[in-house]
Amino acid sequence: MALSSGAVMPSFELAYETYGTLNASRSNAILVCHALNASHHVAGTYAGVAESEGWWDNMIGPGKPVDTDRYFVIGVNNLGSCFGSTGPASTHPATGKPWGADFPIVTVEDWVDAQARLADHLDIERFFAVMGGSLGGMQALSWSIRYPKRIANALVIAAAPNLSAQNIAFNEVARAAIMTDPEFYGGHYYEHGTKPDRGLRVARMIGHITYISDEQMAEKFGRQLREGLNFSFAPEFQIESYLRHQGEKFAEYFDANTYLRITKALDYFDPAKGANGDLARALSPATCRFLVIAFTTDWRFTPARSREIVKALVDNQRDVSYAEIVAPHGHDAFLLDTPQYHAVLRAYLDKAAR
Amino acid sequence: MTLSMRPDFSTIAGWISPGARVLDLGCYDGSLLAHLSASRGARGYGIEIDDEGVVASIGNGVNVLQSDLESGLAGFDDRSFDSVILSQTLQAMRRVEAIVDEMLRVGREAIVSFPNFGHWSHRTQVLQGRMPVSPSIPYQWYNTPNIHLCTVDDFDAFCTERKVHVVERVVLHQARRVRLLPNLLGSLAIYRLRSA
Repeated sequence: MALSSGAVMPSFELAYETYGTLNASRSNAILVCHALNASHHVAGTYAGVAESEGWWDNMIGPGKPVDTDRYFVIGVNNLGSCFGSTGPASTHPATGKPWGADFPIVTVEDWVDAQARLADHLDIERFFAVMGGSLGGMQALSWSIRYPKRIANALVIAAAPNLSAQNIAFNEVARAAIMTDPEFYGGHYYEHGTKPDRGLRVARMIGHITYISDEQMAEKFGRQLREGLNFSFAPEFQIESYLRHQGEKFAEYFDANTYLRITKALDYFDPAKGANGDLARALSPATCRFLVIAFTTDWRFTPARSREIVKALVDNQRDVSYAEIVAPHGHDAFLLDTPQYHAVLRAYLDKAAR
Repeated sequence: MTLSMRPDFSTIAGWISPGARVLDLGCYDGSLLAHLSASRGARGYGIEIDDEGVVASIGNGVNVLQSDLESGLAGFDDRSFDSVILSQTLQAMRRVEAIVDEMLRVGREAIVSFPNFGHWSHRTQVLQGRMPVSPSIPYQWYNTPNIHLCTVDDFDAFCTERKVHVVERVVLHQARRVRLLPNLLGSLAIYRLRSA
């Protein structure tokens, strides 16, 4: 498959999971796209494995807003990720060694093209819906433009039409943390038997700050101390130990080369670029129905960014509904189960199924 | 989701050309848009701020955009709709002049309906020294959302002062058209407006 960068992936694997049953007319499939750190395991648990709930288990399952008694749900791990799909840690077919730094930089468009091949493989001509939050929402948006005939509904949640300079800046700090880790070895750390865990932890800590609202952080942690002030640099405030914990947990299971590439895909995403910055023109090929959802305290991808998408769709006279959910959590709200958020999705999918 | 049918719907539908693009401000559950879509093949969007209204509209298959009308219609280009409708919401708006201006900017036509405060039953209640409560304004003074109630004559004067052209005016009572003394005998006024 030819990639946006000009590189060619001679072959690749995609890990995916499915839930529910594909109907006889193959018209009830919903593709769920993941954001930065997640995988194809969107719902349910693995038998006998503790804490193995899918990352969107509150949303997807029998009787849930994305009802797997009614829909055939597909979770896919993107190209370049580290949960089973071909990525930087996979073996390069030509060299027999891990790809490492040689793994190409992939884009949202590349992911969508790869997902389209998965749809071909599953013999699904047209998705009932493609949905995702954050970077996943960007993939849904890209689907509507790249494959307008293959998607009936795009559910674009907590997303943006591109990244702001501030968003890119946070990503760059995260990448700098990884790439300056002495164990990074220019991305070829697998061969050295090391992992740039320190850099990846810091990257995750930075990312985590942007996922939570100031308000939520104040409520959850405030200025609470673990013990007291010891005039030391050990974690003293609760927020410090929380972030360190998040960073450590993340570095245990995530690959730094994947993190670099996914943040790059985020930075590059800009469908309006090919239309001289005119998002409405960029979205003019899209014909599906849209549901756009934003969260009031999301400062990473603010409601104003979602409204840009809505305006471009209205300018094209497309069917679109927009819900702005009052939620205190910040960007992470898209993963939570605020009643109004789930009510909106449930109403949309129930109506669409009728 | 059950759709309601308010008395002004059929008058409004009569002013919508087939296949028109409409914007319904304060659409609540999307009943009017669903009616206009079914009866006139109209397409468009509702704007609603209320969470329950947004869910109900989506459940009714109506395009709804959650937004506060008081902040205007900034997301919409000039003349991008055939009709912009404000059905029985004007009286609850803080900035009446601004919203009427915005409607006439975004729409080729604006359709406004509101309860007529000049109806005789309201006048007699005021004469008796009480704030009126009636089927068209069913609230007590202390819990009413209505902050800008007006009469048919008031709105006529408003349009004259602001050089808004009244294309048509229909005044109803109990879903029947009132032609004689509309400001006294009508309880619901519906205006079709254009920029002069």
